[in-house]
Amino acid sequence: MTPIDVTIVGVGGQGVILISEVLGRAAAMAGVPVRGAETHGMAQRGGSVINHTRIGSKLSPMIAEGGANVLLALEPAEALRFGHFLSPGGVAIVNTAPVHPITVTTGACAYPDIESLLAPLRRVGNVWSMNATALALQAGTPQAMNVVMLGALSRYLPLPEDLLLDALKEVVPPKYLDVNLTAFRLGKAEVQ
Amino acid sequence: MREYLLGNVAIVRGILEGGAGLVAGYPGTPSSEIIDTLGPIAGEHGLHVEWSVNEKVALEVAIGSSWAGTRSVATMKHVGLNVAADPLMTLAYLGVDGGLLIVSADDPFCHSSQNEQDSRRYAQFAGIPCLDPADPQEAKDMTAYAFDLSERLNTPVMLRPTTRVSHARADVALGEIPKRFEPKGFRKDPSRRVALPIHARPLHHELLERQDAIRRELEGMPWNRLELRGDMGILAGGIAGLYAEEAAMDLGLDLSILRIGTYPPPIELMTRLVEHVSTLMVVEELEPVLEEEVERLARLHNPDLRMLGKGSGHIPREGELGLFIARNSIATIAGLPMRDLPRLEEASIVPPRPPALCPGCSHRATYYAMRKAFGKGAIYPSDIGCYTMGVGMGTVDTCLCMGASITVGTGIRFGGEELPICCSLGDSTFLHSGIAGLLNAAYNKANITVTIMDNSTTAMTGHQPHPGTGYTASGDTTAAVDLEVLCLALGAGSVETARPYNLGETIEVFRRARDHPGLSVVIAKEACVIGARRGGKRRLPFRVTDECAGCKVCLEFGCPAIEFDGERARINALCTGCGVCAEICPSNAMEVAK
Repeated sequence: MTPIDVTIVGVGGQGVILISEVLGRAAAMAGVPVRGAETHGMAQRGGSVINHTRIGSKLSPMIAEGGANVLLALEPAEALRFGHFLSPGGVAIVNTAPVHPITVTTGACAYPDIESLLAPLRRVGNVWSMNATALALQAGTPQAMNVVMLGALSRYLPLPEDLLLDALKEVVPPKYLDVNLTAFRLGKAEVQ
Repeated sequence: MREYLLGNVAIVRGILEGGAGLVAGYPGTPSSEIIDTLGPIAGEHGLHVEWSVNEKVALEVAIGSSWAGTRSVATMKHVGLNVAADPLMTLAYLGVDGGLLIVSADDPFCHSSQNEQDSRRYAQFAGIPCLDPADPQEAKDMTAYAFDLSERLNTPVMLRPTTRVSHARADVALGEIPKRFEPKGFRKDPSRRVALPIHARPLHHELLERQDAIRRELEGMPWNRLELRGDMGILAGGIAGLYAEEAAMDLGLDLSILRIGTYPPPIELMTRLVEHVSTLMVVEELEPVLEEEVERLARLHNPDLRMLGKGSGHIPREGELGLFIARNSIATIAGLPMRDLPRLEEASIVPPRPPALCPGCSHRATYYAMRKAFGKGAIYPSDIGCYTMGVGMGTVDTCLCMGASITVGTGIRFGGEELPICCSLGDSTFLHSGIAGLLNAAYNKANITVTIMDNSTTAMTGHQPHPGTGYTASGDTTAAVDLEVLCLALGAGSVETARPYNLGETIEVFRRARDHPGLSVVIAKEACVIGARRGGKRRLPFRVTDECAGCKVCLEFGCPAIEFDGERARINALCTGCGVCAEICPSNAMEVAK
């Protein structure tokens, strides 16, 4: 198995931790060592969050700047904010639906257009972008956006899909399982 | 079997594998998930688990339980250990019966803290062993082992995870959970349980004598790992050992490495390393605890040793370390080029996203009303909690430590400040250490106003219950303290409760408190909006009508649900329906969306 370092970024409340939880559980089921680091506490209150998940690592829980094979961004501005984690030639998977920070809603700052957020990332590696929030709505609920992104990410994971889905079943409430399975499939279809 | 566990959940597993019977703590990031996780399963494991009123109380409860022969744990964040320092320092003299573990979770980089003090210094100060895990596996194993160590050496033991251990996840190999030990009961022995001077003097001697035994016991622990190779070496503590090992691998260097997981550190292993290498870099987060120790050894065993670390400026003494810093620092000792931190110039276009009070958070309304009544010039001492994020609203002038709003405000008054003073602190913080401050303010006749922002939970750390909520850590119902009655009993001259979503009334309550000659208390009571939503309580969202004049008064309120589209205000999907903006809007342009 080739180790893979995934940096997952977004806004507090978007469900970044759930993605890492699924990756970690699936890796543990596969007998692959795995490390993660996540954001709790004050920073969660509507702030930027970053999670590191390292499949195949036994050492640092955090990925070095410039070391992420995949940058999975649940929000486009966060993709660029943490763009320096993406390794040269790596892959960025970006949800293009913005969540405006308080600095934008109060009019203090402008929210950049999506392409200017993605262009710098294209210089570093390959970029897949999709409106994962709209896809989640199509699956049944916008809250499943994180699972759409997980589905997209699954194309790059050195883990069998059935283990990912088993892990997903463990962490989402049973009544939302079907919606989440649909969300996973829709996200996966976005990345060829 | 291996499970993917959060560091704090791995510590829970270690507590169960170690056969503990009592766990007490006060919430504080990054330690809170230990009791959050244990509370609901306390019954099935026959444990007493409690959120104590504060860390001093938690440690004292754990001490009493240990003295009743039960293996016990007190959990807290690093600054909580300051609150618990009084019992800690004398406990080190008196010793334990059942094994006693103190978990003090450090927060290098102040991710969610007011300082980045290093708990290893406290362990050194008290003369007790400290276990410094590098990852969740070590955190679990050390926790399970600590009780036995504690009992054999008659000492409390500290576990010091950092944020990157407590909030790391890893696949963890689990051990067996034993049957619970039967408690032995309290054994009377005044010479070891009553800290009179006549007892304390010989116990201090015993504590000093014990240091050698602790050192010998820890020397051979598997968390201290020495690999002698090249004549350049690394000495690394805790999680820094992972960064150093990975950096050395990445650089392809054949370095000698000693990783340390226990304090006092292993002198024999350190001496072997010092004698083997000609250059040594010490990599540890925060204080130079290992560096000071190894400098002493180098003077004895290898005076020509070239030593690099915090003293030489290679390793920072503040903030947290990571792979990048470790790699560059280690590269310099081998004469390899440093790598530039990757940067994307365009990242400067990204708008800042600071953490903020939630949409519909009642603290925002309380602060708004407070400022309306007290004015811009008043002094606003505040405290530790979500509400500290109100600093942008001009109603947070100080934040020092838990409960200090009232006492600092008292001092500002008696220090000669004549402007109105309005303090703010949360319900959990008030019950933690604000009570003594309010009693002191009443007793000494401080003319200030104290606002208890009562959202019926400990919100910032993850919604833990406290004595005002009527629930315990394991979800049982219990007595709920009445804050109004409590404040009156403490001697406050005027106590009034306001409902912050009713803005006009709340402003009036603050005006009356301001005009009260003497100590007044305002209890601003509204359930935390996150908690309310989880409890299924929803209000209809608001919308902006054509009456909007584009005056931006509502934007100054700072609610993330209110946006400005260039001409008019707009309410987005984040609205929780608190309705405060409708009271603020001068054009009456906010209405419930049908």
